[in-house]
Amino acid sequence: MTWMTWIKGMAGRLTVAALAGAAADLFGIGLIASAAWLITRAAEQPPLAVLSVAIVGVRAFATGRGVLRYAERLAGHDVALRAQARTREELYTSLIPAGPLTHRGADLLSRMVDDTDAVQDLLVRCLLPAIAALATGVVAVVIGVFLLPTAAVALLVGLVMAGVLLPLATATASRRWSARLAPARAELASRVADLVHGAADLAAYGAEGRALEAGMAADDRLAALERRQARTGATAMMAGVLAQGLTVVAVVWICTSAAAGTITTTVLALVSLVAFEPVLPLAAAGERLTGVLAALRRLREIKATPPAVHEPSTPVSMPSGPLTIEIQDLAVHHSGRPALDGVSLTLTPGRRVAVVGPSGAGKSTLLSALMRTVDYVSGKILINGIDVRDIASDDVRGVVSGLTQDPYVFQASIKANLRLAGPDASDGRLEQVVQAAHLETWVARTGWDTELGEDGRTLSGGQLQRLALARALLYDPRVLLLDEPAEALDEATADDLMTDLLDATHGRTTLLVTHRLRGLEAVDEIIVLENGKVIQQGTHAQLLKASGYYRALWQAEAMLTS
Amino acid sequence: MHRELLRSLPRLHLAVCLGAAIVAGLLVLVQAELLAGVLSGRFTPAVLLPLALVIGARGALSWVQGVAAGRTASGVKSLLRHRLLARFQELELSGHRSGELVTLTGRGLDALDPYLTGYLPSVAVAAVVPVAVLIRLFVADLTTAIIVLVTLPLIPIFGALVGMTTKAVTERQWRALARLGGHFLDVVRGLPTLRAFGRARYQASVIREVADAHRSATMRTLRVAFLSSLVLELVASLSLALVAVPVGLRLLSGSLDLTTALLVLLLAPEAYLPLRVMGTRFHAAMEGVTAADQTFALLGEGVSREPGRLESSGEIRLEGVTVRYPGRDDPALDEVSLVIAPGERVAVIGESGAGKSTLLHLLLGFVAPTSGRILVGGVDLADLDLDAWRRRLAFVPQRPHLFATSVAENISLGANASPAEIRTAATEAQAAGFIDDLPDGYDTVLGERGATLSAGQRQRVALARAFCRPSAEILLLDEPTARLDGRSESAVLDATRRLAEGRTAIIVAHRPAMIDLADRVIRVSAGKIVDDRVRAGGV
Repeated sequence: MTWMTWIKGMAGRLTVAALAGAAADLFGIGLIASAAWLITRAAEQPPLAVLSVAIVGVRAFATGRGVLRYAERLAGHDVALRAQARTREELYTSLIPAGPLTHRGADLLSRMVDDTDAVQDLLVRCLLPAIAALATGVVAVVIGVFLLPTAAVALLVGLVMAGVLLPLATATASRRWSARLAPARAELASRVADLVHGAADLAAYGAEGRALEAGMAADDRLAALERRQARTGATAMMAGVLAQGLTVVAVVWICTSAAAGTITTTVLALVSLVAFEPVLPLAAAGERLTGVLAALRRLREIKATPPAVHEPSTPVSMPSGPLTIEIQDLAVHHSGRPALDGVSLTLTPGRRVAVVGPSGAGKSTLLSALMRTVDYVSGKILINGIDVRDIASDDVRGVVSGLTQDPYVFQASIKANLRLAGPDASDGRLEQVVQAAHLETWVARTGWDTELGEDGRTLSGGQLQRLALARALLYDPRVLLLDEPAEALDEATADDLMTDLLDATHGRTTLLVTHRLRGLEAVDEIIVLENGKVIQQGTHAQLLKASGYYRALWQAEAMLTS
Repeated sequence: MHRELLRSLPRLHLAVCLGAAIVAGLLVLVQAELLAGVLSGRFTPAVLLPLALVIGARGALSWVQGVAAGRTASGVKSLLRHRLLARFQELELSGHRSGELVTLTGRGLDALDPYLTGYLPSVAVAAVVPVAVLIRLFVADLTTAIIVLVTLPLIPIFGALVGMTTKAVTERQWRALARLGGHFLDVVRGLPTLRAFGRARYQASVIREVADAHRSATMRTLRVAFLSSLVLELVASLSLALVAVPVGLRLLSGSLDLTTALLVLLLAPEAYLPLRVMGTRFHAAMEGVTAADQTFALLGEGVSREPGRLESSGEIRLEGVTVRYPGRDDPALDEVSLVIAPGERVAVIGESGAGKSTLLHLLLGFVAPTSGRILVGGVDLADLDLDAWRRRLAFVPQRPHLFATSVAENISLGANASPAEIRTAATEAQAAGFIDDLPDGYDTVLGERGATLSAGQRQRVALARAFCRPSAEILLLDEPTARLDGRSESAVLDATRRLAEGRTAIIVAHRPAMIDLADRVIRVSAGKIVDDRVRAGGV
């Protein structure tokens, strides 16, 4: 229950917001009570002096209520913004050691971000209104007890119905309805996704009609459920109106039966009427609470995700100087199935090794294992003889890193996107890496400080890849990993880039994953992976001599580009 | 304002909803009348019964309003959703951002709820109830009526005035808030990259700093912006004081009776309330209007051309065809002329982005030539009945979409094929093996919530679709073996070879083995045909 602990941390500010909110509502009670008393007492035509306190009271309560409402809104927003910031920071921190998030899908990711608003809603839309309603209810009932205890009982009953039972009922109903609506929404979403993403397939096969019907049927089912849910909501609204009105009727009836007098009756009736004002919105709060609690549960689940790799309790520090990496009989499983199955290779200082193979062969998994973002089930990775499991994973990535799969471009300037890999790099150094990645023309045209769009959508695939490469070169790790640096580039640029790349990495410890074979004659060793196993290994010349995957692919490439 | 949206509302439900809201608002007047009479002693306590009935009627009306509002909302959403769904085909093929379409049709339209169920009824009530209250006050007590009449406009005036001065500032702040959310999402998405460069932990402090800076800036603005609500609150409660105190003094002098005094006290706040409610519901409602605007913008986009009716077959001839996509400088295809005879098997090769897929999409009618024309047996493709034409095609796209239905339905896709025919098609596409291994065989549901297939398996399901249309004369294949490993590739290759037999085939190809299937090879580069030769050894 992390949110509980930090609600305690904000107790001071929360108290201010709650007090202001409660006081504003209490001033509302004060206003109506003093006005009712003023008018009914004035009707008895006492000396003016008798009324002066009530006149001052009416004016003071009226002014005070406005000011307190202002204070409440300011304090409430301050708390809400703090709450949101805290939740997001906590969520982010708990994501850092977690496994890869890519499999969660972009939609789920943005929903997770939406979920961080839940804590805000819990405070501002549920907790603070409930406190104000409670304070108002208690004060109104206490006034009743002093004036006519039997009427106070009626008021209490009415307030409990509207402020406790009704919210409980709406919360329960909302839980039941969301359980029924969620699958209907999911069904509609998948039909819509089919219609959008499968538009070409449907058009080509003339199958739009049936898919459209399925989509509309899914919508009709959802609409029918929503209509029934609206009926539940309408019933709650009706219950609120009835609770308020009938309570007032009951109070007046009790007062007149007890011959309580005009003043008492009027004050009690109007206090009862106004006391419901902060109480009635609690029904909607109860409905929202269900969503809030579900969001909080999802956030807790994310926070409970086990870390991707186990960190050593007493980490060994990274050796200095050139590094030798030995991979021995490495096996990595993805959801129970082997992604790497007994791979061994040695990367000595200054050597460049290329890993090739069909998609799904385990090439990227190998790099992830080296960067300690996935754990392995058996085998060993040694850095200068030290087991990587004994080194903090942050330290490993400090020296073994580079261009990863699916590099991300942040919504920030080109400069900032580069600088994240080298916060202290000089402008000259930035220009150097941009040139090495063949990006200088684009940067000159776009401008160093131009903000790049969401998901890097303003970039072409090739530009994105080259930006990521420049970033990797700027980071300058002791062991450079490059995952498909030429992916999404056209043939000519890819050739140029590979040539430059192989020049730039000369004498640098490099592990290069690629599906293009051109230029690989320059690397020291080539490893062919298929189905998580090494099926071929050697230099370009050696592999060309042997029949097998490498030679076949080489011939295919040659034929296509000839 | 929002005229298009209002036009699409279901009239009856909307009328019931607004009518119920207005009548319930007016019943508050009756309620005040009865309550004031009972409290002052003018009416006997027996009047509590009609009072209870009035309250019961208000309750019933609020139920009717809620139900009708729900029906209005779901009706409008369904209507817009159906219209959007019907336009998806054209929208998606014309290159819209698919994620946006999916979101708008789903969660996006739900933003209409606060507008329809909250804001619209409150507007109706605000238009009627304050006037009725004022009229009643004028009849009851002129002084009070004048006080209310003078102060009442202060609410909209101050609301607008303060709103205008702070609007720009508040909007900037809300945009900043949205950007803050965007920034957080951005950082979360980029976490793997941050991790790779050892910046993940550092970024946590950035998140905090950015949020803190944003909060202090927002609070500075809100201190001013909330002055508007302070003013509105003060106007409403001070006018109660303005009404109550003089009324008390006049009671003291005997120039006013208690019933009127209580009625005035009960009614005066009811004049202000509807306007304040409308104000508070305005902001949430505007989000829905934005969603509606987006929807109407999409629905209003260029209506597709008049469908043709002719049917034709024979050679396919492209005459000086140029295709330009909006927002791109270079044409995707540039003055391409080409003749493909029936029964020819053509491989189209070239770099990615050269225009190979565009060529297939032209023939499918997904894109129309910007200039030039396509003739099928001498008839312009634009004049053909597109559905009839497409029935003669079998298309295997580069990334086939698998639908969230059963494997069998994914294969038959639009064709009325028997289970036996589906099985045969799957066998021919070398897909029967893995389909039999699926938990429910051909009834296994695929997609996000169902079974997932590998790239090679998906490709073979798509090939089975083509096999399931024995009548198709023209085969259009878009790199069917791209992204496949060696073994899947050979399976798909075998299937493709059999599929191409006796048909016209246009195959966008990368791999030599696939090119081997063709008897003519066309090389495309930068939107132009740079090489066109009949293969030695070809048929």
